[in-house]
Amino acid sequence: MPTYRPDRPGTHPDYDSPAYRSTALRHPTKPLHLLPQRLTEVTGPLFGADRVQPGDDDLTHWAGGEAVGQRIIVHGRVMDSGGRPVPDTLLEVWQANAGGRYRHPVDQWAAPLDPHFAGHGRTAADSDGHYRFTTIKPGAYPWKNHANAWRPAHIHFSLFGQAFTQRLVTQMYFPDDPLFFQDPIFNSVPDERGRARMVSAYDHDVTTDHWALGFRFDIVLRGREQTPFESEPDDD
Amino acid sequence: MTEFGATPSQTVGPFLSIGLVWADGAQVAAADTMGGIEIAGQVFDGAGEVVPDALIEIWQADPDGRFPHPDDPRGAVTYPGFRSFGRCATDATGHFSFHTLKPGRVDDEQAPHVDVTVLARGLLKHLVTRLYFPDETAANVADPVLATLAEDERARLVAVDIDGTLHFDIHLQGERETPFFTV
Ligand SMILES: [Fe+3]
Repeated sequence: MPTYRPDRPGTHPDYDSPAYRSTALRHPTKPLHLLPQRLTEVTGPLFGADRVQPGDDDLTHWAGGEAVGQRIIVHGRVMDSGGRPVPDTLLEVWQANAGGRYRHPVDQWAAPLDPHFAGHGRTAADSDGHYRFTTIKPGAYPWKNHANAWRPAHIHFSLFGQAFTQRLVTQMYFPDDPLFFQDPIFNSVPDERGRARMVSAYDHDVTTDHWALGFRFDIVLRGREQTPFESEPDDD
Repeated sequence: MTEFGATPSQTVGPFLSIGLVWADGAQVAAADTMGGIEIAGQVFDGAGEVVPDALIEIWQADPDGRFPHPDDPRGAVTYPGFRSFGRCATDATGHFSFHTLKPGRVDDEQAPHVDVTVLARGLLKHLVTRLYFPDETAANVADPVLATLAEDERARLVAVDIDGTLHFDIHLQGERETPFFTV
């Protein structure tokens, strides 16, 4: 049976991150218990192309028309921290429209809704872990976390990988966003290299003439232990 | 060996329902599958307020204690009408519910259990806990994971049977804080 090694310290945010105010009443206050990886933890749902309908990988057309904004192609590779591709796995994405507005009843930001942008998509990685979808670049949006608080442009990603231990929900950011410095969600990741891994790279090889700009976002999930019996459990 | 740094976790944010709600999400077992059970609960924050923007996911063995996964050493099996996985967003009053089948024992040591994942605005990384069954008193006493918890914490991981529905409330924080795990 495989086991999955812990991520390096500093890779993931602390639950208690005071600068992001919503963590105050929602973070556990007691130390986490160690759940040894047994069968339930090293297995997991193997969703892939079976959850994807034709057109799910193109967010730019909805309700009979074309979304407003900068058309982009987002692609990359899903792999594990040992460098093995994670094949055939489902990616679910959701995002704000070009003006930074979500199609959600709770979103009160005054930017207009786009009648042709729903803001959700799905795609599956291929047998080598590669994935690709087409969308529009989301806008930055204000929120009430602190004075003059704006979220950098981002796309929400959800992946299952191949085991319960590999579950990941993250956000993809765009290169050189001027809003990073004041964003407590981006900066909740302690390790600077970790923060850098959430930022996509402009990819001119994928940019398509007179059509769309390309961005590359590789996603790394927890890898398997190479020698399961030599390593110590770690309660990161 | 080269090690690639993992992609960090980020919160699902308040608008997770745009991307993560599935019409069939809460149906771990098809509605017409024999022996179905309901698991239901409510999510609370540290002030005792309900959490209306959480997503609960569950992962569990089938009634024979097996998984539809190649790393199950007994081989991947599919149990008719059963998916092992469920996903349910909380409603305006913090409630979630699943229609499933009671898992069998996956090995000789562990009591029947369900792995539970909690995602929400304000959670920068998902939380993991486990649900155990109230009609498995002897197996629960012998369970190696429950054995690592204090008595009062153990009790919080055992669902409560109320009129045939298994209730499992999740308290993110506070006096009744749910015991959470790192995996
Ligand atoms: Fe967002």
